[in-house]
Amino acid sequence: MDVLKTTLSNGLNIFLKEIHTTPIISHWLWVRVGSRDETPGITGASHWVEHMQFKGTQQFPAGRLDKDISRDGGFWNAMTYIDWTAYYETMPAEKIDLGLRLEADRLINSDFDPDEVASERTVIISERQGHENSPIFRLDEDVQAAAFDQHPYRHEVIGRMADLESMTRDDLYQHYKRFYTPNNAILAMAGDFDSAEMLERIRQLYEGIPVGPAPARVAAPETPLSAERRVLTQGPGETVFVRAAYRAPHAQDPDFFALSVADSLLAGPSNLNFFSGGISNKTSRLYQNLVEKELAVGVSGGLQATIDPFLYDITAVVHPERSADEVIAALDGEIARLQDSPPKAEELARAVKQAQALFAYGSESITNQAFWLGFAEIFADYAWFENYLQRLAAVTPADVQRAAQTYLQPQRRVLGVYQPDGRPEQPA
Amino acid sequence: MSPARNSIPGSDDITRVELANGIVVLARHNPNSPAITLRGYLQAGSLFDPDEKLGLADFTADALMHGAGGRSFQEIYDSLESIGASFGFNSGTHTTSFGGKSLAEDLPLLLDILNSSLRTPAFPADQVQKLRAQLLTGLALRAQDTREMASLVFDELVYPGHPYSRPDDGNVESISAIVRDDLAAFHQQVYGPRGMVVAVVGGVPAEQAVEQLRAALEDWTNPQQPAEVVLPPWQPLPERLAKRHAIPGMIQSDLIVGSAGPPRRSPDFMAANLGNSVLGRFGLMGRIGDAVREKAGLAYYAASGVGGGLGPGAWEIYAGVNPANEQKAVDLILQEVQRFTTELVSEEELSDSQSNFIGSMPLSLESNGGVAEALLNMERYQLGLDHYRLFPDKVRAVTREQVRDVAAKYLPAAQLAVAIAGPPLES
Repeated sequence: MDVLKTTLSNGLNIFLKEIHTTPIISHWLWVRVGSRDETPGITGASHWVEHMQFKGTQQFPAGRLDKDISRDGGFWNAMTYIDWTAYYETMPAEKIDLGLRLEADRLINSDFDPDEVASERTVIISERQGHENSPIFRLDEDVQAAAFDQHPYRHEVIGRMADLESMTRDDLYQHYKRFYTPNNAILAMAGDFDSAEMLERIRQLYEGIPVGPAPARVAAPETPLSAERRVLTQGPGETVFVRAAYRAPHAQDPDFFALSVADSLLAGPSNLNFFSGGISNKTSRLYQNLVEKELAVGVSGGLQATIDPFLYDITAVVHPERSADEVIAALDGEIARLQDSPPKAEELARAVKQAQALFAYGSESITNQAFWLGFAEIFADYAWFENYLQRLAAVTPADVQRAAQTYLQPQRRVLGVYQPDGRPEQPA
Repeated sequence: MSPARNSIPGSDDITRVELANGIVVLARHNPNSPAITLRGYLQAGSLFDPDEKLGLADFTADALMHGAGGRSFQEIYDSLESIGASFGFNSGTHTTSFGGKSLAEDLPLLLDILNSSLRTPAFPADQVQKLRAQLLTGLALRAQDTREMASLVFDELVYPGHPYSRPDDGNVESISAIVRDDLAAFHQQVYGPRGMVVAVVGGVPAEQAVEQLRAALEDWTNPQQPAEVVLPPWQPLPERLAKRHAIPGMIQSDLIVGSAGPPRRSPDFMAANLGNSVLGRFGLMGRIGDAVREKAGLAYYAASGVGGGLGPGAWEIYAGVNPANEQKAVDLILQEVQRFTTELVSEEELSDSQSNFIGSMPLSLESNGGVAEALLNMERYQLGLDHYRLFPDKVRAVTREQVRDVAAKYLPAAQLAVAIAGPPLES
């Protein structure tokens, strides 16, 4: 099915994809702002602004808009990530106008009532404290901070606790006004509609919104790591975790696809869909050599599609009778094997087949299809998504070997270990 | 047929066949899908666990695919993962369920794995040993999880002496004590076709799917298969009971307030479900979300849920809060429960939730997995194959008085359990 792509005079990018299998429409508004756009002192501002977008405008006061959407049987939510913030409503097709009006309104008209800011501060602090109960969050925060010296990718999307305590209503409102403009946003829809009619409706709602100044970006290229960095996180529990985080290519780098295949061979296929589950990784090289050999009880890998070079991470849950050092040694052995000899062509064919299947599963959900229209545009363009399987299929065994040699070097990584307070021995 | 009609499964487009050995097969063709979802359950849940071997049903289900039908763990997962398919087993209290997905042309492979895992699992000793370490690690992580520990404490308070008080995944002592032969014996004695239900939804015509399932599973028998477990009656709490479980090093506490709710098949369920929406789901987590999150700013999540399974599953209100705010949050929740159980919800509140239930139902049936789950629900709870087509009328029939009455019946404010897990409190 073709995608209608256009840009309004105020710079709003629009992507419309008709799907008539079921009477549902999923409507997304993406804003090009995330923790990548935050400086020390206002870390977590993008996520907090996202929360404030549910706190009302003059037209849709707080407590009404959530009810209006729910009453019509829709589901809606919002997400903030390092590169983007996205809002969506998936609704019965005949009801979607409410979602359109709501997003057009709160793109520029949110109130940021000081009382609502105050009450949301404690909600967000509670959200962060919930994360802090998790060993993986604690380890991740330390590893990310060590992986970048300057780039805002060094802090978590939720922000630092000190900033959450001190940020003011004006800090948040300025952040909102700086980034929430039509020329910094993407509107993407998939579902049961007529594109020409829908475009006309979008014009009515959005064309009166003036173009804003192009927001200045704070993210600057990060210098390469010169040596491996090690992080030891201590906390409650009995279980040891290991995370190796390598500086990775960004999504538009041709090497991204070769490293994706390397990830698939090492740790199982990454699932890029947001609304569809993945598959198991029990025949991956790391599962076979860490879990089947009883050094770990689980292992996973993750490569994210990002604007700037971010991280490829491998996480292992250490077997209760083994040490982090034993896991790290085995992990390094597997990476060396991929660096020393190219994988077999069958292994690559298999990675492509897995990706094809995951795409087929993802296409069942209209929400997931609408997600892709905007998501790909954030870090590349929709063609990135359309050509993904072909680009993956074009990767050769030599490409994978070279990606492993280039990116999976110890001097490109932070090696983090979560060591429970009560469990003695072996710091990393 | 309009898309709207086409998207809701009903008796005219669901194929339901009972095989000679008792397995019920439900199939629905989705010609738009290149993929297929296979899901189902059989009567082999933790209700069959001996007290000293809690977690046995769960351990057995986890071990089924670690060697079966003459193939090793490696060979089984190689066949699945090499084509991007997934399949797995998971045990609950009443049943062990299974499920997976693949491209439509690979359905025979999923059926082959289902068949061999159910009928000829090998339980290799080395694999059992590896699995045990994984399960014990899972229990160590559970012990550090405030939500899960609050839930265990809640079940102990609400269901004393009842099978629902027992954790499906067992405990460190029981999992350490279970050996390979226990798994084989549990499989031999409990697994069987009677009461088993399988749903197949996706890009394979229903008749073909049924015939493939028939060929794979109709000749399976197990004369030893036990009768269904009859649950003992549930006893209401004598008074409000509270218990707190301390986990050193935690930053946030989780709390659960509630009691046992109506089973899914109870005539009370629809009113309870709609009432629960008003209480803790609609909009941004209903009245509870409004009181605890929006007005008091005490929690990121504060909501409620009504289980409604085969037995008296929990009706619970839950929140994650700073330890200093535990009592404040509990008090707010109890105030809301008091109002909910004594006053009528407003006409607007009820009609809002009714509209939400009716409008959102097609969204839940968007994917093959969503439809498969709907087919299994209709069979499990004997709702009839037109349940989802009749659903709007059933929802609209609920009155405000019915909501108040079921609330008062199942959530009496003076007889609720309050379970909390969080860091040790300074005295």
